[in-house]
Amino acid sequence: MIYFDNAATTQTSPAVAEKLADMLCNEFANPASVSKLGLLAEKEIRKSADCLSRGIHAKPEEIYFTSGGTEGDNWAVFGTAAGYHRRGKHLITTQTEHPAVKNPMKALEEQGYEVTWLGVDEKGYVDVEELKNAIRPDTILVSIILVNNETGIIQDVQKLGSIIKEKNSAILFHVDAVQAFGKYPIDVQKMKIDMLTMSGHKIHGPKGTGMLYMKNGLHVKPLLLGGGQQKGQRAGTENAPGAAALAMAAEACFQDMDKNAAHVLQIKKALQEGIFSSIEDVRVNGDSLEKASPYVLNMTFAGVRSEVLLHALEQEDIYVSAGSACDSKKKTGSAELTAMGYSFEEIEGTIRFSFSRYNTVEEAELCVEKLKKIVPFLRKYNR
Amino acid sequence: MEEKVLIAKYGEVAMRGNNFAMFISQLVATIRKNLREEGEFYVVKEQGRLVIESRGGEMDYDRLIPKVEPIFGLVGLCPGVKTIDQSIETLCQVSLHHMQELFPTEKISFKVVAKRANKKYPLTSQEVATEVGGYLLERMPNLSVDVHHPDIILRVELRNDAYVYSKVIPTFGGLPMGSSGKAISLLSGGIDSPVATWMMAKRGVAVEGVYFHSPPYTSEWAKQKVEDLAERLSCFTGEFRLHVVPFTEVQLYLLDHVPHDKLTIFLKRAMMRTAQKIAEREKALALITGDSVGQVSSQTLQGLHAINAAVGGIPVLRPLAGMDKQEIVDMARKIGTFDISIRPYEDCCTIFVAKHPETRPKTSVIERIESRLTELDALLEKALEEAECIVKG
Repeated sequence: MIYFDNAATTQTSPAVAEKLADMLCNEFANPASVSKLGLLAEKEIRKSADCLSRGIHAKPEEIYFTSGGTEGDNWAVFGTAAGYHRRGKHLITTQTEHPAVKNPMKALEEQGYEVTWLGVDEKGYVDVEELKNAIRPDTILVSIILVNNETGIIQDVQKLGSIIKEKNSAILFHVDAVQAFGKYPIDVQKMKIDMLTMSGHKIHGPKGTGMLYMKNGLHVKPLLLGGGQQKGQRAGTENAPGAAALAMAAEACFQDMDKNAAHVLQIKKALQEGIFSSIEDVRVNGDSLEKASPYVLNMTFAGVRSEVLLHALEQEDIYVSAGSACDSKKKTGSAELTAMGYSFEEIEGTIRFSFSRYNTVEEAELCVEKLKKIVPFLRKYNR
Repeated sequence: MEEKVLIAKYGEVAMRGNNFAMFISQLVATIRKNLREEGEFYVVKEQGRLVIESRGGEMDYDRLIPKVEPIFGLVGLCPGVKTIDQSIETLCQVSLHHMQELFPTEKISFKVVAKRANKKYPLTSQEVATEVGGYLLERMPNLSVDVHHPDIILRVELRNDAYVYSKVIPTFGGLPMGSSGKAISLLSGGIDSPVATWMMAKRGVAVEGVYFHSPPYTSEWAKQKVEDLAERLSCFTGEFRLHVVPFTEVQLYLLDHVPHDKLTIFLKRAMMRTAQKIAEREKALALITGDSVGQVSSQTLQGLHAINAAVGGIPVLRPLAGMDKQEIVDMARKIGTFDISIRPYEDCCTIFVAKHPETRPKTSVIERIESRLTELDALLEKALEEAECIVKG
């Protein structure tokens, strides 16, 4: 099997799975328990928060454990709206956010909030001037995705953060770092980030784990109320095994961040260049090898349908994602590519390859070999 | 001792003399199969009905009834009480418990109808009814008697054991599977074909499905959808066999060799021919399709004629021929296939669908073109050989 769909989810690393299973079976106590066992579990959580915070230059008490990316994004958006609506009801985000940010924003629009949706250029970058002009005195939140999940382009968050704070230092800056965490260096202080969302299963951690970094002193309201866990900010029995496994997965990524990036870049390069040299009428969406995330390659194969190509690769035991739904009646192309200015016809035939440290250059070469046969075959029958 | 039971009444089956015993045991087997995950149940044969008893005594009717309700051959389900002790005192008490549980306070009119298969019983049916009715009236002030138009009829039946019930849930009727021979149904995964399959299965036809799988143009999810439809259909029939035929090569060959506006007709002919071959192999006597006249371009009478001509003497049953789309949709909802059918993994490729398909194909023209398709027979033969059979239920 060649698994090139790591932006969707990753294989849990065996060491992490072992740690998780061990804690579930042996160190399963509720960290809220006042017994010695509870303390052991609490220590694991503290250790995990310490590890995660170190990786993004935050403090351990600024780490809140969540169920994953969707919860973090929802919390940041809804929690800010609920906590800061007296100061203003204006929010800013981009047209290329993940639905976990987009849909809460849309829900707020229905509740009477105003949202400015920043457009992007043909590569997918936010226009700095457009952001500057969008900021108002009543703006309470700017939410921007760091590494785009479909195209892998990296927003210049440090620059965007500075602009936001220069124009209005009271605005909270949320960054969806689900595809960036552990793969791209993050410094919440330099980048002036107030909240940052990550998810465990994208970095070889367990599904159902994640974290929201929230800077000290914010008045973001909790989504979940209950037994007052995590300083009352996120109720629910704390998932000590999940937190420990998450931290372990993150630690592995932090340690080898450069090495892993270089490794997947070789894979991406082999695939991208291999495709370009052997198949005509193909296009990379996003930015160049040097500038985009090495973990994602988004390409359009003119004259084929995404889903058919996906299934044809699946017959060869190669797994990727489709960039557009195949239902030609509905014409639903990827929102990201649409925002980048592509028509539905131009989006058709888009495939996302996404890599992990477990992939190899040989796999990329094999994938090119298969594509060389499949794409012309499918094109022959396309009308 | 009283015990809650579910009484399943069967209809037309009882009139089919010779195979009666076989059909009854088939009904029993299907009930057992459908209840497999709900716990352990006995199915006891009584005259004209099957009595479902729980080994543990628990009867969760809300879960059990939807599982038994679909089975063809049953005409009604009655949640009731069974007692082995048939003394009139016990019958009165059992009836009281039953009525108190169902109608604790609500003001309703009722009458009691008693029946005794056990003619040695010391009281006549009428006497049993009078005794039970009087006993209930004395103890439940919310009840009143109305012999002509009662809100409910409490039935007391004395058979090998005695049964008390007051509600009959009508079911689909029909005949148990296999009582009318076997047929092969072309299942597409759409809304229509499962309904057509269901209608013929209802008449006792033992239906096997055939699905044409065309990877990479159709996905594993599309195939799973058809398997799930087969699973749902097996709730009615007991078992459902699905033949999955790999059809990509045939489709691409036709795409290459026939006029695009007539492609659908050729594809459907190829499918019908393959289904006929399967019918011969499986000793089935008919084909079933979900065609509804005029619904899509290939379902004009000209289209149906050209498609039908591909198969020889085998009858092609089209139970939906005269139905409107809405009627078919309503039926699909009723039998629980609609929600499966509308899952969004239709043929993901439009390359096999013409923008302006021929609506009035001439059979003679189609056949002339087909006679030049020299490789088609071999490809169909190969597809048939590679077909897999999946058994659901």
